[in-house]
Amino acid sequence: MTNATETFELIVPKEKKFSKMINWKTYFFYFFIYLMATVTILVLIAIIGYILINGVLHIDWEFLTSEPSKMGKEGGIYSIIIGTLYLTLVSVVIAAPIGILAAVYFTEYAKESRWIKMIRFGTEILAGIPSIIFGLFGFTFFVIFLGFRWSILSGGLTLAMMILPTLIRATEESLKTVPRSYREGSLSLGATKWQTIIKVVLPSCLSGILTGLILGIGRAVGETAAVMLTAGSSLGVPHALTDPARTMSVHLYILASEGLSREKTFATASLLIILVLIINMIANMVTQRYIKKAKA
Amino acid sequence: MDTKIKIRNLNLYYGNFQALSDVEMDIYDNKITALIGPSGCGKSTFLRTLNRMNDLIGSVKIDGNVLLDNQNIYEKDYDVIRLRRKIGMVFQKPNPFPKSIYENIVYGPRIHGTKEKQKLDEIVETTLKEVALWDEVKDRLKKPAMGLSGGQQQRLCIARCLAVHPEIILMDEPTSALDPVATLRIESLLEELVKKYTIVIVTHNMQQAGRVSDYTSFFLNGKVLESDETDIIFSNPNNKKTEDYITGRFG
Repeated sequence: MTNATETFELIVPKEKKFSKMINWKTYFFYFFIYLMATVTILVLIAIIGYILINGVLHIDWEFLTSEPSKMGKEGGIYSIIIGTLYLTLVSVVIAAPIGILAAVYFTEYAKESRWIKMIRFGTEILAGIPSIIFGLFGFTFFVIFLGFRWSILSGGLTLAMMILPTLIRATEESLKTVPRSYREGSLSLGATKWQTIIKVVLPSCLSGILTGLILGIGRAVGETAAVMLTAGSSLGVPHALTDPARTMSVHLYILASEGLSREKTFATASLLIILVLIINMIANMVTQRYIKKAKA
Repeated sequence: MDTKIKIRNLNLYYGNFQALSDVEMDIYDNKITALIGPSGCGKSTFLRTLNRMNDLIGSVKIDGNVLLDNQNIYEKDYDVIRLRRKIGMVFQKPNPFPKSIYENIVYGPRIHGTKEKQKLDEIVETTLKEVALWDEVKDRLKKPAMGLSGGQQQRLCIARCLAVHPEIILMDEPTSALDPVATLRIESLLEELVKKYTIVIVTHNMQQAGRVSDYTSFFLNGKVLESDETDIIFSNPNNKKTEDYITGRFG
């Protein structure tokens, strides 16, 4: 009994000292990470805030619904909004089936061979290629060689190529998370492999595919260089796939670089940010809803 | 008493490892056959040869005969899709699809071509009644199957399997992930099902084999040491090792 108290007393002061030092280190470290995290948030807030403060007040109904005049110095950006949506939609429509099917092939059918490894490596390289290179390729191949001119089609095809790696990656990752038991359950009922993939595997990784698509859309909406080289920078409202178009990023670039109108520049930038935020929010909502549905 | 499946000289290899050697067995119509044995003895592997689920694993090599209604299912042109319609399977862990209860049941019939809503509704009701789940879920057929309890999920999986009208049901330790009450419900369900179906069940649980099965085969190291009526296996086994295993001396 006395022994125990003795050791107890012996230990206590030591521990106190020890923990004080730990505490000090911990606090310092804590403060440090906290600071870093705050810095990132501050950067974000600074950028978004600066753009919005300068731009949001210039966004009104007229800005959204009227066409630009005097090279964008006056008027709104109606045709540019349409061009952006059109181009993004076309690129997604082209990229989605190719990307999803490629991912299905990689994860479900392909046996590990040299050839597959090369293709896989290729898609990863594709993700790292600077966008201007895509633009140059799109310009020489789609615009000139295939004769598609500066058009939504040329731009859409080029953007589709840029989206592909992200989409393939995201789809592959989510395909891998589908438990084997789903596949076995389906096959044991006499379903073919293809039926199993279409009806069980793909639906259960819809959220992953959607995430990939949204990331792709984000990239497409934000892209400037490649789009300018392939879809042109025409100010008119595009009516067909073969029409040229100007996207918001391109418009922003031209307004800013040519110093046409400070307020229109910031208004466009604000709208672009708001659009990207909305896209992300929708993506989140869809994913959340899907996850809830699957779990409940 | 008719033999539904005849297994002769069945050998199975995973690469260089022989997982089953010279397995011979008869599976009788409208009876429950239990496969028992310690972990890794090949009983699950054997079960999966009966509906060719091992085909999914690339490195598997199989020789020997598995005769279903006197036709070798490992014959070159044998239709695996038809085989799996005839032989349903229930897995160790309940594996309903992440869809609604209704969609889970109609999945099989739909891929085999049933489209009329009325017919599908009918299938859902009859199969759910067959597994005694109807009263518990009839008001929430459109709700996700993942919301059911483990035992309910397993009964749903059995119903899903019944929906394609199999003749044989393979069960791979169907109650090992369930609590005792849910286990008992599945066991009493087996007694009902065997009137219409032939059942092969892998189980770790000796008492379960004794309670539910008509025939029992004892596996050890990829070989069938003994197959007989369950009563005989449990009361008067021929093989010393069977007796040791059943009385709990190893395993």
